[in-house]
Amino acid sequence: MRTILPLLLLTTILCSVAHGQDITVAAASDLNYALKDLASRFEKKTGDKITLSFGSSGNLYSQIQGGAPYDLFFSADIAYPQKLAAAGLVESSSLRTYAIGHLVLWVPSGSSFDPQKLKMDLLLQPAVQRIAIANPAHAPYGRTAIGALEHFALKDKVAGKLVFGENVSQAAQFVQSGNAQAGLIPLSLAVSPAMKDSGRYWELPADSYPELQQGVALLSASKYKPAAKAFVEYVLSAEGTAVLEQYGFRVPQSK
Amino acid sequence: MIVQALTLTLRLAVMVSAILLVIGVPLAYWLAFSRRRWKFLVEAVVSLPIVLPPTVLGFYVLVAVGPLSPVGRWYQALTGHTLAFTFEGLVIGSVLYSLPFAVQPMATSFAAVDRTLLDASALLGASGWRTFWRIVLPLGLPGVLTGLVLSFAHTLGEFGVVLMIGGNIPGATQTVSILIYDQVQALDYATANRTALILLVLCFTMLAILYGLRRRGTWNVWEWR
Repeated sequence: MRTILPLLLLTTILCSVAHGQDITVAAASDLNYALKDLASRFEKKTGDKITLSFGSSGNLYSQIQGGAPYDLFFSADIAYPQKLAAAGLVESSSLRTYAIGHLVLWVPSGSSFDPQKLKMDLLLQPAVQRIAIANPAHAPYGRTAIGALEHFALKDKVAGKLVFGENVSQAAQFVQSGNAQAGLIPLSLAVSPAMKDSGRYWELPADSYPELQQGVALLSASKYKPAAKAFVEYVLSAEGTAVLEQYGFRVPQSK
Repeated sequence: MIVQALTLTLRLAVMVSAILLVIGVPLAYWLAFSRRRWKFLVEAVVSLPIVLPPTVLGFYVLVAVGPLSPVGRWYQALTGHTLAFTFEGLVIGSVLYSLPFAVQPMATSFAAVDRTLLDASALLGASGWRTFWRIVLPLGLPGVLTGLVLSFAHTLGEFGVVLMIGGNIPGATQTVSILIYDQVQALDYATANRTALILLVLCFTMLAILYGLRRRGTWNVWEWR
């Protein structure tokens, strides 16, 4: 056993080197489906392995501040990576906007209300007792949702109905399970395989809420910078942006 | 903010321990004395919340009380709103979550009661009910109190279940642990620190009293009447 153990260790190390690099990516919850798809395509192309970690952008931001060993940070807004760049934790030259987020009003398929017809007035219906959004204190889509409610002068009228998910996924789960009757969630989740058949949505006009630029940055402490950069390039490539669009993101004109 | 969350948390903990006293004592008695062959299954179910991640438990509760389940539909028809995102919803989740912490000490102390006393009581013609009130409960009281204090303390520190079914509404479902999490998420570390300290002091004081009383043997000299 004594001779086998080091040998085993050695082979493990050799194997991992031979199979390309292992990039760890921290990503906002609204990217759940798009990024999984992009990552598996990238893995097939390059042989590098991508490990995805999803959470609310604010949570991931704190983790990175605390020295979390990620290589890339795909945030749901650009402010968090910008703040990290100012602190030197991510490389400011690597900062890019990879997508623009969209907000939709979503109701479960059992709902008697048609979001396409009622639009935001749907939220005022007495039968809509709970409206789920991501927590505006730390999730960018939560702030966007509040922005939209302010735009439609609904914020005070529906304040008592709001329930906060820890991130967009949880907010979506609150409505999907029927516990909330409506939700303001990212389009990317509404069109995702898990949700597209279980509800209906209305896409809010882009000028009714603050534009949600989603930013990505490379961590200064990353050990696999070339591979991580290659992944960002892939996401921004024609193929990558096509995938992003398919999952409900708009892609910025100037990169 | 802190005061509101703290009162809510204390109200929740008191409510949960009271409910657990009512359902925990008979359940513990049954677990301690029943000879049913399938008793071990009930024991396993009661202990499940110790093993299950609170988020899993919370998710199950969310689905179980949602309008897609019969229970949720029934409750909605009765009250006009769903159980999730309400204080009552939190109570149900917390009772499930703290159940083993109440029942296990109670059952252990009931089972430790000297059987010869129970036999003597029966021989003297006392009913099972009377034997329970005069012998089992007084002798098992330390276990009952431990179970109460543990479920109270456990509810104070609960996080996962509340996160899953609460919806973070100040004054209704925002407990202290959720508030701390929120403050950390909002990068407001100073406030989070203060809130956490209050919770820490509260929990420590309670546990210190519990163990202090136990050491002095106060509970052992409490007698029934």
